Amino acid sequence: MIKAILIDDEPLARSILVEYLQPYSDISIVQECGDGFEGVKAITQHQPDLIFLDVQMPKINGFEMLELIDTPPAVIFTTAFDDFAMKAFEAHAIDYLLKPFSKERFDKAIKKWRERHEKPEGKASVQSLIESATNQPDQHNRVVVRTGNKIRIIPMHEIHYMEADDDYVKIHTADGSYLKKKTMSYFEDVLDKMQFVRVHRSFMIQIQQVTRIEPYEKEGHLAILKSGARVPISKTGYPKLKSILGI
Amino acid sequence: MQAPAFSNKRMYLFIILLWVIWATLQAWALAWSGFPFQTAIIDSAVSNGLLMIIGLSIRNVLRYYRPGKGRFFYLFAWNFCIAAIWVGVVKWALSQLLTDPTYLAFLYKSLPVRFFIAFLMTGWMALIHWLLFTFEENRENEKRKADADKLSKDAELYKLRQQLQPHFLFNSLNSISSLTGSRPEEARHMIQQLADFLRGTLKNDEKMLVSLEEELHYLQLYLDIEKVRFGHRLSTEVKHDETSINDQVPQMLLQPIVENAIKFGLYDTTGTVTITIDTKSINGNLILTIQNPFDPQTSQSRSGTGFGLSSIQRRLYLLYARKDLIETKAENNLFTTTVTIPQIHD
Repeated sequence: MIKAILIDDEPLARSILVEYLQPYSDISIVQECGDGFEGVKAITQHQPDLIFLDVQMPKINGFEMLELIDTPPAVIFTTAFDDFAMKAFEAHAIDYLLKPFSKERFDKAIKKWRERHEKPEGKASVQSLIESATNQPDQHNRVVVRTGNKIRIIPMHEIHYMEADDDYVKIHTADGSYLKKKTMSYFEDVLDKMQFVRVHRSFMIQIQQVTRIEPYEKEGHLAILKSGARVPISKTGYPKLKSILGI
Repeated sequence: MQAPAFSNKRMYLFIILLWVIWATLQAWALAWSGFPFQTAIIDSAVSNGLLMIIGLSIRNVLRYYRPGKGRFFYLFAWNFCIAAIWVGVVKWALSQLLTDPTYLAFLYKSLPVRFFIAFLMTGWMALIHWLLFTFEENRENEKRKADADKLSKDAELYKLRQQLQPHFLFNSLNSISSLTGSRPEEARHMIQQLADFLRGTLKNDEKMLVSLEEELHYLQLYLDIEKVRFGHRLSTEVKHDETSINDQVPQMLLQPIVENAIKFGLYDTTGTVTITIDTKSINGNLILTIQNPFDPQTSQSRSGTGFGLSSIQRRLYLLYARKDLIETKAENNLFTTTVTIPQIHD
């Protein structure tokens, strides 16, 4: 039996999916979710084979929800209108349904998924889709993180600094630090360059947080943040920080 | 003082007429001081004819070229030279045409007087035309500027009002599609509501004022559609006092504000959301208050009136030339948008 989860904030949008899925006796809908938080829980709990995911949803959008799942299942996106998302789907050959969609179009998407499902390489593109989709400019004002079952949305201005930690980036804020499976260069690309400076291979600071810069050892420096944290500045990072601060 | 008074042909006729009168007066003055009638006419015709040609030339030159404001000196010097040349030509022409020695003596003696008269006459012509053309040019520039402003204002207003969210339209169609299978009667009802609402948005007069009653009717159509889309999550409260119902509002102003409130209310929280809309008439102004819940923890950084309200603010500015008509306030998880619509009373 194929397990499917529907995630859409509009009840009628879910009910049309239920209706269209009726004839598929091998696909069972294990849960219907009204937002991304429920979605994360349901996916962790049921480990579905396929999810139908709306992009625009309360609190966190469909892409942000996928970011929070370690191994995202196969996704068929449903969206009403989103220029950017559509470009991302096309680039990663993931099927998406533009609302309102017909039964024929829906059947085609299921067929495409089945074909892809049999070949293992089909799944790989979801990760890169998330990367490129969360790259859109209007999403950079926050980062969504998950610790266990708790989801936290961190506005950019609350980030003190970021630290590389193996495959993760540790995001330090006033109420603790959070891990996010991303790279430093990813954040360097997407964050506002006038606000965040990569002062070291493993550190990136928010310039509003800097209170003092002190010399450290031979050629290095240390940035003292408002929180008291001491962040090392490398030889190449120092001129970068100076030019942003205008000194 | 409209354009026809300055029309070229009429102006020429006016100048020529004035000169004929002036020439007649001069001829009469000469005859009165004892010169034969014929001599007087020749003298006046030659000197004033030349002067008139110079005057008209000055007009033509100034039409296309006017020295800048700080360069009156050039005009003055130029004027001086013209008057001097004129005196030379007049003296030469008249001494060719007339031979009476008494007259020639008089001509010689009157040269300085003639020079100053010519200087004054040409100076007067230059000044009048300089002012006239500058005034005309300024007026044309201002008119062109006003026309351009009006055009861009109209286009901007049109664009601002046209910002119907495609999300709303496509999601509504999706809801209808979903209802068609299960509840066809409701689907039909929703199509009608959507059609009525779209008709309202297609009205092409950006500046048209409608009564609050009519505006609330459109708003209700919109709210009914949104309630079908979001089901139990969305509830709305619309309150209005008796006096405000006949107040005037720019067409389709309330809907985008409420749409914004719904968007942030629904996308910022996961529970049920109540949007309240309250209208009051205070001191001759219509006060619209729209409230939606929001989560200060997760709401994305919003600066100024942000919240997608900048286009409303711009529209109000274009209509009323005031920037203080929209105010937002966020407290106790409640976001309040207050819009003041000045009422124009006769």
